[in-house]
Amino acid sequence: MSKENTGGGLMGWIDARLPVTAALEKHVTKYYAPKNFNFWYYFGALSLMVLIIQIVTGIFLTMNYKPDGDLAFKSVEYIMRDVNFGWLIRYMHSTGASLFFVVVYLHMFRALLYGSYKKPRELLWIFGMLIYVCLMAEAFMGYLLPWGQMSYWGAQVIISLFGAIPFGIGDAVTLWLKGDYIVSDATLNRFFALHVIAVPLVLIGLVVAHILALHEVGSNNPDGIEIKANKAADGIPKDGIPFHPYYTVKDLFGACVFFLVFFAIVFFAPEMGGYFLEHANFVPADPLKTPEHIAPVWYFTPFYAILRAVPDKLMGVMAMGAAILVLFFLPWIDRNPVRSIRYRSLAYKVLLFSFAIAFIVLGYYGMQAPTPTGTFISRLCALIYFGFFIGLFFISKAEKNKPLPERLT
Amino acid sequence: MSAKKKATDERRVALDSSITNEGLDPKRRRLLVGGMSAVGGLGVGALGVSMLASMSPSARAKAAGAPVEADISKLSPGQLLTVEWRGKPVWIVRRTEQALQSLNSVASQLSDPDSQEDMQPVYAQNETRAIKPEYLVVVGICTHLGCSPTYRPEIAAPDLGSDWEGGFFCPCHGSKFDYAGRVYAGVPAPTNLEVPPYQYLDDNRILIGVDQEAAA
Amino acid sequence: MMSALFKPMKKMIGKGALVAMVSGAVLMASQSTGVFAAGGGFPLETPRIDTSNKKSLQRGAKAYVNYCMGCHTADYHRYSRLASDLGLDEDDVVNNLIFTTDKAGEISKVGSLMASTMTTDYGRQAFGVVPPNLALTARSRGEDWIYTYLKSFYRDDSRGGVGVNNLVYPGAAMPHVLWEQQGWQEPVYEGEGDEKHFVEFKQVTEGTMTPEQYDGLITDITAFLSYLADPIKQTRHRIGMFVMFFLLVLTGIAYLLKKEYWKDVV
Repeated sequence: MSKENTGGGLMGWIDARLPVTAALEKHVTKYYAPKNFNFWYYFGALSLMVLIIQIVTGIFLTMNYKPDGDLAFKSVEYIMRDVNFGWLIRYMHSTGASLFFVVVYLHMFRALLYGSYKKPRELLWIFGMLIYVCLMAEAFMGYLLPWGQMSYWGAQVIISLFGAIPFGIGDAVTLWLKGDYIVSDATLNRFFALHVIAVPLVLIGLVVAHILALHEVGSNNPDGIEIKANKAADGIPKDGIPFHPYYTVKDLFGACVFFLVFFAIVFFAPEMGGYFLEHANFVPADPLKTPEHIAPVWYFTPFYAILRAVPDKLMGVMAMGAAILVLFFLPWIDRNPVRSIRYRSLAYKVLLFSFAIAFIVLGYYGMQAPTPTGTFISRLCALIYFGFFIGLFFISKAEKNKPLPERLT
Repeated sequence: MSAKKKATDERRVALDSSITNEGLDPKRRRLLVGGMSAVGGLGVGALGVSMLASMSPSARAKAAGAPVEADISKLSPGQLLTVEWRGKPVWIVRRTEQALQSLNSVASQLSDPDSQEDMQPVYAQNETRAIKPEYLVVVGICTHLGCSPTYRPEIAAPDLGSDWEGGFFCPCHGSKFDYAGRVYAGVPAPTNLEVPPYQYLDDNRILIGVDQEAAA
Repeated sequence: MMSALFKPMKKMIGKGALVAMVSGAVLMASQSTGVFAAGGGFPLETPRIDTSNKKSLQRGAKAYVNYCMGCHTADYHRYSRLASDLGLDEDDVVNNLIFTTDKAGEISKVGSLMASTMTTDYGRQAFGVVPPNLALTARSRGEDWIYTYLKSFYRDDSRGGVGVNNLVYPGAAMPHVLWEQQGWQEPVYEGEGDEKHFVEFKQVTEGTMTPEQYDGLITDITAFLSYLADPIKQTRHRIGMFVMFFLLVLTGIAYLLKKEYWKDVV
């Protein structure tokens, strides 16, 4: 920022042409973050780290993977057996995919706990939601690539969802998406292109926008009050601490703990009991034989359960779409100016808690084969899911909040 | 506990900032930063090495690059046999008496007549660049830019000059090699043709890809 | 009340508790190999399979190339890898385990894939289906399934052609390849109609092996197929222990580093 810092030497020469020092100061060494970040604030940095893991391991997988209906399955086994450390790279990528969703879901829940989506952070939240949608597309298309039975039939089912669009548009769209009358080599090839180039490019762009938007408005915190409201004479927030070194070292510790979990899975349980790598996916794709029980990978199952809870194809697809879409409008649904759950009413706490439970229960039933009990509970939880937003819209205007503190606690 | 918290609160108000360097211990800090960088760097390095290792030849490539056997019993004098080893052509030439004599007469025109450059196993670093003088075994790839030269046994070939005594000619950039794969001076190729590791299994069979010593 | 639940959460979900929770989950997942959809719901036996027992794997490999590989390919895996993983000489593998031929009709090279010589067309013609690649069956069906499947063949004259059926996989197209070893058995049922249920197998004719020997044979085959499905497992666990130790050290340093810097923060 400050011109005095652009001195002589190589850095001075560069800074006169490209503001590297200024950018580093703005985003790292002089980005003041609230000092009271807790456990929930690890997951933003961790998401970025997993993204990097996915990109790097993805590049190396691409060197040996073949996006061809006849070769894809075998090329994955080639990576697993013949390529030096191919198994490590592949398991890192598959474990990374699941853990990406773990950290992103926790990161999103953090926003719900402390109202991080509220003014002035609405755009930050929307960028985040777009990242989440992109991530789902990325994961879905990536899951087709091993070309196993689950890859194949999962893609078949998800693409068929578009067939619910009325007036004959649906059928045309599914045909266009597949590029063939069934999920085939053509589908695999285009999903590969989208998975390795198109979506990652968009994803990286959105992540940059997400971070720029964050640094423009500043980080929220567990108390939900603005640290910028309390500045010292030098203009620095009294409760702010520079991101570097304080949060870099803290996130470094978080990263280490994350890696303990990550590599424990990679080395000791890469299938994670069939949740990260499904058993049926060790059978090559067969267009003539559906596996006994198809379930999407765990991170999609809450929405899959909502889809199944509705006894009508079009309505089910709409309900599923709405479940994701409604999250975009959260900044306007929640009309309470108080951000943090610490200072909000009991009603909000009950709502959010039941929402989280419903989401997990939906996720569980989305993995199970349909049963009458399961369908009943799924319906109940779907109602709670949407009930959260409706309830929030009405209570948020009339909530009895607790007094906010002057400074961070 | 609450007394301590109160003291902290008061200190913070007095400081007008959340950062202080009262308890700073620069030595300990440097030690920890150094330790973290060293150990963390080791981890990142190990991961990086395994990623890069995935780019070296896989088990499939190694299986395809396994040693190959060649049967030379049917090779008549002057004839050339091409064998594929690791995807590259390997020539086996049964040299005639005349060809062997030519090795001496052309020596003055060569850039490395004594095979000083490390382009052959030690057991082939001799006058004929071979285990048995009669049979030449070389990789048929020009050391200039990787074209495969042609076998030109005809003496004084019109396009190669009246003093041509037979050998190999690279059509890509005009490099010339003699009957031992030695490069002529004044042509683009920098070194002699490569002699691959090989051994005789018996009088009629050559195994290309395994050194003579290793098998002994 | 609820805030009391959320506020101490940051302390409750202390680092230690979280690590313990997650590592517990990983441990559970790493050991839960038995949760597979078991085809007709036939109860599966749970044999003790030890893929670190190289002698057992060698016997299993021998049985596999002799009895299974005529029809069932395993062409993701190489003989040479088999040799090094099972502690065998490549020459031993060439002389004792390679019965397949390559395209030119010559005995397969040790570096080649374990491809069955049977063509898919012939398989479809002979059995109605192409005999599946068995290299990954231990990961798709599970060890227990393979073991129980190999034990549950019985003569079923109602089925033309093979005249054999299997209780684990009713309607299987596969004949009982190991009938000479096991002998023939038939299922004994109790009850009638909806009440009818399987009780046990009754030995009808003697095999060349005692039931204990036969169990040993199919344990070896199952162990071998388990190795074949996940050949890197032993190495992975070994490297994994080292990585875990390394990361614990790194996490320790990171924790001290964080503590050191955060002394500044009031």
